[in-house]
Amino acid sequence: MRTTPPARPFDTPERASFRDTVQRFIDTEIAPHANDWDEAGDFPWALHEKAGALGLFGFGIDEAYGGLGFDDALMRFDCGTAMGYAGIGGVNASLFSRGIMTGPIQQLASEDQKREVLTEIVSGKVGGALAMTEPSGGSDLSRLKTKAVRDGDDWLISGEKTFITGGMKASWYVVGARTGGEGFGGVSLFLVPADAPGFTRISIRKKMGWWASDTATLHFDQCRAPASGQLGQEGVCLLAIMDNFNHERFSLSAGCLGMARRCLDDAIAYAQQRETFGKPLIKHQAIRHKIADMSSRIDALDSYLQMIAWRINDARDKGAPMPAAELAKVKVLASKTAEFCANEAMQILGGAGYLRGCAVERIYREVKVMAIGGGSEEIMRDLAVKQMGL
Amino acid sequence: MKILVPVKRVVDYNVKVRVKPDQTGVDLANVKMSMNPFCEIAVEEAIRLKEKGAAEEIVVVSIGPAQAQETIRTALAMGADRGIHITTDDAVESLGVAKLLAKVVEEESPELVILGKQAIDGDVNATGQMLAALLGWPQATFASEVEKTDDGYNVTREIDGGLQTIKVSSPAIITTDLRLNEPRYASLPNIMKAKRKPIDAKTPADFGVDIAPRLEALKVAEPAKREAGVKVESVAELVDKLKNEAGVI
Ligand SMILES: Cc1cc2nc3c(=O)[nH]c(=O)nc-3n(C[C@H](O)[C@H](O)[C@H](O)COP(=O)(O)OP(=O)(O)OC[C@H]3O[C@@H](n4cnc5c(N)ncnc54)[C@H](O)[C@@H]3O)c2cc1C
Ligand SMILES: Cc1cc2nc3c(=O)[nH]c(=O)nc-3n(C[C@H](O)[C@H](O)[C@H](O)COP(=O)(O)OP(=O)(O)OC[C@H]3O[C@@H](n4cnc5c(N)ncnc54)[C@H](O)[C@@H]3O)c2cc1C
Repeated sequence: MRTTPPARPFDTPERASFRDTVQRFIDTEIAPHANDWDEAGDFPWALHEKAGALGLFGFGIDEAYGGLGFDDALMRFDCGTAMGYAGIGGVNASLFSRGIMTGPIQQLASEDQKREVLTEIVSGKVGGALAMTEPSGGSDLSRLKTKAVRDGDDWLISGEKTFITGGMKASWYVVGARTGGEGFGGVSLFLVPADAPGFTRISIRKKMGWWASDTATLHFDQCRAPASGQLGQEGVCLLAIMDNFNHERFSLSAGCLGMARRCLDDAIAYAQQRETFGKPLIKHQAIRHKIADMSSRIDALDSYLQMIAWRINDARDKGAPMPAAELAKVKVLASKTAEFCANEAMQILGGAGYLRGCAVERIYREVKVMAIGGGSEEIMRDLAVKQMGL
Repeated sequence: MKILVPVKRVVDYNVKVRVKPDQTGVDLANVKMSMNPFCEIAVEEAIRLKEKGAAEEIVVVSIGPAQAQETIRTALAMGADRGIHITTDDAVESLGVAKLLAKVVEEESPELVILGKQAIDGDVNATGQMLAALLGWPQATFASEVEKTDDGYNVTREIDGGLQTIKVSSPAIITTDLRLNEPRYASLPNIMKAKRKPIDAKTPADFGVDIAPRLEALKVAEPAKREAGVKVESVAELVDKLKNEAGVI
């Protein structure tokens, strides 16, 4: 049984209504298929369009390009938490990874590009992916090796990207490539269509988790992109990416909260009906303490995230930067909380949890990517301390 | 044409209801409340009629406490045009609701009232029928299909023996069954737009309707717990038990 979260300090009727709708959407359209889709390693594209029609991909995107015309971190939070709770991270990743590439397009692309590309990605008609990580590394993007050189009116991109979520089905990619010298300053962003000459992709199968999502390695072999494919200016464009990472970290953290809460709820339900040593598992003190530890960590993460959501909104209203330090810290707290709760829930489920087909088992496999993707725990800690001016 | 859709705020269908210890009713403290699912189907049907060009305006009305406004907003977010909120903290019985709705019909002159066949809290299944009687309008209850005709509606009804199709002339009362449609999700843009749609605030006194209860609930109790069953080893044992223990064959 889902535990009813307590009243929230920043709630509004619209947020509550949105939360309700998203919950119902997930309960009806996603949750019943979670195990089948995970085992199949795929899910129907129609889900992208249904989620798009609800407006889930439109935060921070202008209405003219099919977006909502507003942003609200608290709504993003509710959406992220509910998706995490569904316990099918692959679907969550495939649906929402477009969010890490639509932001830079909204900020940097030309009017024509936005009309053509953003509209169809935000509606869910087609997919989009952000391609930054390379085989040589994802943590240190200042050293990325993919190169783009001018050839008449075009750019020729050469290099390789890997671990790209949504990468097999995307119609559009935002690709980081070096156009100048060393460091971040020499990096540019390109908007590349999947049918660009010289572009190929291959699927990365056999992942530990996120089975339902398509992950790809992308090859750029003198891949030809028009001059207009460059987004913003060399070096400067990375500001948009950084802003974007902040949103990504926030959504991933909200997802972790949902995953953790699902683990708690399922563990409680199991412990209530399972009997060992002549009484329900839930009556054994060792189990009760696990429940207490999970619950308190979940509450702490929940409160921290809601506060940060408020700060993100406040910063946007004031034209101030995102609270990057808090976002880095909460990302670590979030993946640690999800990992802890998944581990404890698996333990409470005993042998039953070790079998495929239940949400806790899936989440247990999926917590690790939360500790690595979108900025790993180590990199987030480094960033947090740097942001503290130390 | 205008359609009136009454909507009720009830305990969410996912909630496992608990009877209050003093057996005076169901415990509503901290319980999630939502729009009655049958009412949602009614709202959806009205919107579909409007989308087909068979209606111009959809007015939703809810009778209940301040929070019933949320239920109206949900209907507005789905696509209704405006709301009427008749505020009361009292529990209003079906007859009181029907009388209030009759007054709203008098003021608004809709040509169609679509409402849920019942609310999942009391499962009374009476408001639509009572409203039809008070107004002297034809009624088509338990609808699983509604088709607009020139002078009314062809309504397919779910009845015990199967399906029955009847013709009703306009204006009419239709009550919805579960299979009439699948209500849409309110999209986020529509949730935001609903904020700006008007809701008229009224009270039962504004309509001069006496909503004092006519019924007295003596006691509310949990249904008897089902005893665990037994597993039988063989067909012979089953037949033996049915014959000698249950005495049914
Ligand atoms: C399922 C999945 C989906 C992904 N989707 C995308 C996507 O859509 N787009 C995309 O661009 N990328 C994506 N990634 C890549 C992801 O962003 C990278 O995996 C991540 O940035 C880490 O990079 P790496 O794997 O190369 O590890 P490395 O950078 O090689 O790091 C390895 C380990 O060393 C640690 N480490 C690195 N440097 C330091 C340091 N200075 N101090 C201390 N520790 C350090 C890291 O924290 C990590 O634990 C995805 C990854 C996965 C697993
Ligand atoms: C892959 C796999 C292979 C296996 N192979 C074999 C095999 O070859 N032969 C065989 O006989 N069994 C086998 N098992 C079963 C294994 O021994 C049991 O899973 C294990 O003993 C736990 O029992 P359980 O799963 O019923 O969990 P439960 O006994 O229901 O316990 C659930 C959880 O509650 C905890 N718990 C239980 N009682 C208490 C208490 N009083 N206080 C605090 N905590 C408590 C447990 O530690 C556990 O974490 C296997 C299991 C797996 C997953």
